[in-house]
Amino acid sequence: MQLNSSVPPGPIADKWENHKFSLPLVNPNNKRKFDIIMVGSGLAGASAAATLAELGYNVKVFCYQDSPRRAHSISAQGGINAAKNYQNDGDSVFRLFYDTVKGGDYRSREANVHRLAEVSVDIIDQCAAQGVPFAREYGGLLDNRSFGGAQVSRTFYARGQTGQQLLLGAYQALCRQIAKGKVEMHTRTEMLDLVIEDGIARGIVTRDMLTGEIRSHSAHVVVLGTGGYSNTYYLSTNAMGCNNTGTWRAHRRGAFFANPCYTQIHPTCIPSSDEFQSKLTLMSESLRNDGRIWVPKQADDPRSPDLIPEAERDYYLERRYPAFGNLVPRDVASRNAKSMIDVEKGVGQRKNGVYLDFSDAIARDGVQLITEKYGNLLDMYERITGEDPYKVPMRIYPAPHYTMGGLWVDYNLMSNVPGLFVIGEANFSDHGANRLGASALMQGLADGYFVLPYTIGGWLSGLLNTKPLPVDHEAFRKTEAEVADRINGFLSCRGSRSADWFHRELGKILWNYCGMARTESGLEKALSEIPALRSEFEKNLRVLGTNEQLNQSLEKAGRVADSIDLAELMCQDALHRRESCGGHFREESQTEEGEAKRDDENFTYVAAWESQGPGHAAALHKEPLDFENVALTQRSYK
Amino acid sequence: MLTETRPSGDTSQKPVPPRRQREKSGIWLVDFYTSAVGKKWVMAITGIGLIGFVLSHMVGNLKVYAGAEDFDHYAEFLREMLVPIFPRTVFLWLVRGGLVMMFVFHIHSAISLARLNLQANASYATKRDYVAANFASRTMRWTGPIILLYLIFHLADLTWGVEPAATAVFERGEAYANLVASFERPVVAGIYIVANLALGFHLYHGTWSLFQSLGVNNPAYNTARRYLAGGVAAAIVIGNCSFPIAVLAGVVD
Amino acid sequence: MRITLRVWRQPGPEAQGEFRTYEAPEVSEDMSFLELIDAVNEDLLEKGEEPIACDSDCREGICGMCGVMINGLPHGPSEGTATCQLHMRKFQDGDLIEVEPWRAAAFPVIRDLVVDRSAFDTIIESGGYVSVSTGSAPDANEILVPKSASDAAMDAAACIGCGACVAACPNSAAQLFTSAKLAHLNLLPQGQPERWDRVEIMVDTMEEFFGSCTNHGECEKACPKEITIDFIAMMNADYVKSKFKNRRRLGQKKAG
Repeated sequence: MQLNSSVPPGPIADKWENHKFSLPLVNPNNKRKFDIIMVGSGLAGASAAATLAELGYNVKVFCYQDSPRRAHSISAQGGINAAKNYQNDGDSVFRLFYDTVKGGDYRSREANVHRLAEVSVDIIDQCAAQGVPFAREYGGLLDNRSFGGAQVSRTFYARGQTGQQLLLGAYQALCRQIAKGKVEMHTRTEMLDLVIEDGIARGIVTRDMLTGEIRSHSAHVVVLGTGGYSNTYYLSTNAMGCNNTGTWRAHRRGAFFANPCYTQIHPTCIPSSDEFQSKLTLMSESLRNDGRIWVPKQADDPRSPDLIPEAERDYYLERRYPAFGNLVPRDVASRNAKSMIDVEKGVGQRKNGVYLDFSDAIARDGVQLITEKYGNLLDMYERITGEDPYKVPMRIYPAPHYTMGGLWVDYNLMSNVPGLFVIGEANFSDHGANRLGASALMQGLADGYFVLPYTIGGWLSGLLNTKPLPVDHEAFRKTEAEVADRINGFLSCRGSRSADWFHRELGKILWNYCGMARTESGLEKALSEIPALRSEFEKNLRVLGTNEQLNQSLEKAGRVADSIDLAELMCQDALHRRESCGGHFREESQTEEGEAKRDDENFTYVAAWESQGPGHAAALHKEPLDFENVALTQRSYK
Repeated sequence: MLTETRPSGDTSQKPVPPRRQREKSGIWLVDFYTSAVGKKWVMAITGIGLIGFVLSHMVGNLKVYAGAEDFDHYAEFLREMLVPIFPRTVFLWLVRGGLVMMFVFHIHSAISLARLNLQANASYATKRDYVAANFASRTMRWTGPIILLYLIFHLADLTWGVEPAATAVFERGEAYANLVASFERPVVAGIYIVANLALGFHLYHGTWSLFQSLGVNNPAYNTARRYLAGGVAAAIVIGNCSFPIAVLAGVVD
Repeated sequence: MRITLRVWRQPGPEAQGEFRTYEAPEVSEDMSFLELIDAVNEDLLEKGEEPIACDSDCREGICGMCGVMINGLPHGPSEGTATCQLHMRKFQDGDLIEVEPWRAAAFPVIRDLVVDRSAFDTIIESGGYVSVSTGSAPDANEILVPKSASDAAMDAAACIGCGACVAACPNSAAQLFTSAKLAHLNLLPQGQPERWDRVEIMVDTMEEFFGSCTNHGECEKACPKEITIDFIAMMNADYVKSKFKNRRRLGQKKAG
């Protein structure tokens, strides 16, 4: 199958403008005739749902939490990028575009990234008008900071809670539409399958998580804003409920999954403390602006950090990358931390961390300024570890955090399944092989506020005077029966192990073989271990209780089943991509200094995988990537 | 196990429905009073009036230490307040009327808010561990009725002269003698002391709380509010309790 | 360390609930409280007893999904800490910990420790937003916001909607939650055009579900984000002002 990215012709700076003009419009009076299903209420989902409802469409929103305000976008701390150039330091749309393409290690679609940079400025306007309490200068103007290795200050932030505030802004806009009756909100409702008829997405099948009711919902278009798949690793910074069911079910029904091996391991998380650990906590990357990262020069150094003299400390990032120092991009920082721990220089009880030291910053700026900037983060660290970061250096270690891969979408954010759109982290398009800091919030809101509301009209305008497929249609009945069968399967398995146990085992396999560094033999090992785990899961899963109640083990079982399948695809993709790029580091492909080495000749494409059904390896489709505006170079942060 | 996959009708989750609906009144004062925040305002405003009354009542009564003549003269003065603008006792009656109105609103809002809260509440099966709430704030519901009962007793005793609250020697106009006679009964003196302690607790929370209800507080004065509340409560308790004690001790007779 | 848990179990919204006691013999002090529940649940599953239903999501104290009464305190003994961020090092070996769901008439129990907090969404839906449709905003720097106003608004906006304030309140009042959203929007210039309508409708909606404030200050102490009750005072002041401001304006045919 030929993948058509639908990127409009013309110079890159004009593509979006021209495309907006050429997209067919839906007359305001006709908008109310269209029904839209939105799965997920995070930054992308809530902003899109609110905007579409404002335009006049009828929107049904689904989320698994008890309120749309709790989507995991809320945990984003650092900030949101925008090419406002308020700081007069040489930022521009083109520079943001350039940085994002380069930061993504030349594996993203140029046109999408340029559009992202263009609309970034509108996002800030919109959010400020909603009352998002962005940080301000004394004059009342917006404050910015430099973030995640950017050479300009283009990051807007609201203390350490930017994600929370942006999500609440979108949530409040959504609430306004719920009150107006334009949005029908379904909380504690999980999408369990996508319904396709004639090759077109027609609706979804959901389970009411309180009553177990399986129900079909039909619409003119289905939009997935279901987030990323970091939780496949079990220990990640994602919320406990984050899951892959939405995207994976869509994939099973025909949507291509693009670049699943592109996962981002965030460098500054709190190392796990014991076997019971259920998730990892991220500390904002902004800490690297003032904190210095080091390990003892001597392996297995038993001394406490304050007893290690300056000369015996290795500030390895500053040593290896004098220009960027502690601010190198996330993938580089993470890999370097791993390399230190691999040679037994890890610190802490479990030797699983590196130091992030604020003592120099405190000596330079004083406790008060540091508290003002990072107080809430340092407090959080103390709560979790019981150590005072003002006195003892913090211990940090990388953790799975964000996934750049996702369902394949074209320039209009529509997947290869007509009528199925995918927005936010759930799609693949904008970050290439590595995401820059403060760009996730930007992309989620760009898709939701300013891209989807335009492009969805292009699809809907062709459906005028058509009704959605009725929910008693054969296609819905069949899918409902399949969903019920799956649930019955979990309940009737009656094995001896919890879904969590399988998830933990899966996480170990993925982290060891498809984590920060990957090898051919490791991935092959993973690809033999995952099917074994799956057959154990099918034989030995234990779920108690019934479907007709709030049953958290049952929910988990379905999610873990989908994660096992996705993990296999991640490894398959990682195995096939015999190059290192961004978050995907193949040990076979590195420079003499141990840096990631791309293979542009053979791998400058998007790997989009088509499901061949359970038990069959997915088929690969390639979307070649053309770089007309940014020259491909090896990234260097020396 | 799943038996039915096709539901009949819309059984999807609904948000928790409101527990009560309030009729909106066209008259804004009435509308305001029917809201809980409005009632708290009324409680606070009437509370200020009542605190003022209690304070001035206590200060006026300090005249008892100046002897019978001064004290009775003060009682007579109250009746002659604002004469000749008003005929004798008219202004006093106006004040009394105002006080009664304040009591009525204060008590009515308290009762209706307490009912609302009782309905809104679902109690815990485990022991609730309070952190901020103090004895005074948690006993408002009990100190209030105690004060009301005491007020009725006090009026019967020293204003209306109704036995058995009042002594057999009660004589209208003889304020000083009535007071001394009444407080010479140890049980009555005890009632006064206990009731004034309750009043003190009530005022301690009330004085602190009214700023909050009126929304006139400021972080800069929040600590001072505690001191103010403590001062008001202490002044009332010390002042008012001193009278029966002084009578029993023979300082006043 | 060894911990004994007394947990409220209730199979469904209409069912009778009761406490059950569970032993956790090997608790690490680095565990979070919810990880302890996870461990107990694994144990229960093994024994064939249905696990304890308990809400949690982000487990870093920001989503507001988790929240239970722990030994009579909402979110447990640590100040400014949500249940998910409470760590077992706050407890002693041999402790008995009693766990109960939030209790309020407007927060019905769904199962075990899970309650329905949709009334909070209803309050926000009634007016907790700035009416600005996508695309109609002016340049962000055209709205000047004094830093002090922005900082105070941020303090209020930190609310995570967990419901601890209601759980802590002897009257089950939602004053802190409602006033935090009101203060967030009403302190900012962006919130001014709708300020008086917002405060009136949100307070009225709140009162359809929750009790009234008696100024105990329990909510402030229970709040994992340490939101101050000064915002409640601000709401009270704004509410009475709204009754003046929202009267029919001169020349207006019908009150808006």
